[in-house]
Amino acid sequence: MLKLRIIPCLDVKDGKVVKGVKFRDQVIVGDILDLAQKYSEEGADELVFYDITASSDQRTVDRSWIARVASVIQIPFCVAGGIRTIEDAESVFSAGADKISINSPALENPDLIDRLSSRFGRQSIVVSIDSYFNGQDYLVYQYTGDPSKMRSSLRRTEDWALEAEKRGAGEIVLNCMNQDGMRQGYDVKQLATLASRLGIPLVASGGAGSVEDFVDLFKETLVTGALAASVFHRGVLSLPGLKKVLFSRGIGVRL
Amino acid sequence: MKTKKVAIFESGGANFSSVFHALTRLGCAPVVTKSIGDLQKSDAIILPGVGSAGLAMEQLMQLQAIDFLKKQQRPVLGICLGQQLLCRSSEEDDTACLGIFPLQVRKLIGPRIIPHMGWNNLVKVEEGEPLLKGVDTLDNFYFIHSYAVEIASPFSIGIADYFGTFSAVIRRDNYYGVQFHPEKSGISGLKILKNFLEIKV
Repeated sequence: MLKLRIIPCLDVKDGKVVKGVKFRDQVIVGDILDLAQKYSEEGADELVFYDITASSDQRTVDRSWIARVASVIQIPFCVAGGIRTIEDAESVFSAGADKISINSPALENPDLIDRLSSRFGRQSIVVSIDSYFNGQDYLVYQYTGDPSKMRSSLRRTEDWALEAEKRGAGEIVLNCMNQDGMRQGYDVKQLATLASRLGIPLVASGGAGSVEDFVDLFKETLVTGALAASVFHRGVLSLPGLKKVLFSRGIGVRL
Repeated sequence: MKTKKVAIFESGGANFSSVFHALTRLGCAPVVTKSIGDLQKSDAIILPGVGSAGLAMEQLMQLQAIDFLKKQQRPVLGICLGQQLLCRSSEEDDTACLGIFPLQVRKLIGPRIIPHMGWNNLVKVEEGEPLLKGVDTLDNFYFIHSYAVEIASPFSIGIADYFGTFSAVIRRDNYYGVQFHPEKSGISGLKILKNFLEIKV
């Protein structure tokens, strides 16, 4: 049976792991290598490394960190941040990434998804979407790593996710901005709707605060993974503890 | 075992470092190379792969590696796309592959979610196979693929199930292939790599 994945995310800024609330007010929460190794050893099913200001700073994710993280973990490694071209992707893969995740550059130039997918295979291309509910509709935001540059792309979240799938994305990560860093639960409603419409894996992100949030997510949606940051960084939940409880509640995770 | 020279053949994919790091953890000093000369100096060859079958075969052709890979006496391990390249042909880009295994690589099809991405166990493990020593159906491995190798006796020695069964581990003489990524599969994956390093031809 395919296991449901628990995925810690390292949001990185200036060589440190940071975490904010709703993508703002980031504070340093730890060291990159310490956290990467700890999560790998504790049973994380994948690790995401996200250079959060790469796109808004017009640069690509820092390669030397990718290589260092890759050397201390034994689990799949997804890297994100300012990957704009085939050459960028190539160097990120050869530094040690298994998958790359693209966000703002794909919104600037959707054809990038097609080109990356045909060059590297769709299974290694993740499209990450920052989705904000404005009271009426879910809209895609871009340049979310820098609060002063953050803006709506005017696209509807579901339209963009389906377009990304059609263009060759192998997985979608949906960051629910209204829930980000709040630790009050995933946006189960939005995730359930999107997961039922996609033919590729959907990973939930934003809002994890307790074991029950993970239980609700997996019981009520078809997502195949849950990404979380602050609950793990702040020690609210431990990975082994979380997975044990999920398993005992009938949720198929890897122990 | 520590002196075993393992060459990681840099072809068709982009991520060789994870294989490199995993072998290093096992006390091996692997070389990552595109040179047939380096492969000739090695005791065992790993053919990793992230990428697409058509491009990967094109690259093997450009590196003039095809005949060399077909005539190996050394242990050879194909990982993921590398396993698929050892087969006869792939539906991906309609590609003729190396043909070491008389097996076809087929596209996984819906309604299931494609790619098959994540941790999964084997549903059948052939006994007495050196590559699978100490491995059982409780071990989980990391899979990430949209194409898979068909099942055929006696080649399929490990079978996985994702809305239908496929060959997760294949063997013909000194040639081995795994669909999952042992280098990314924690302790279970390291067992496979360690077993591979211990194979004697």
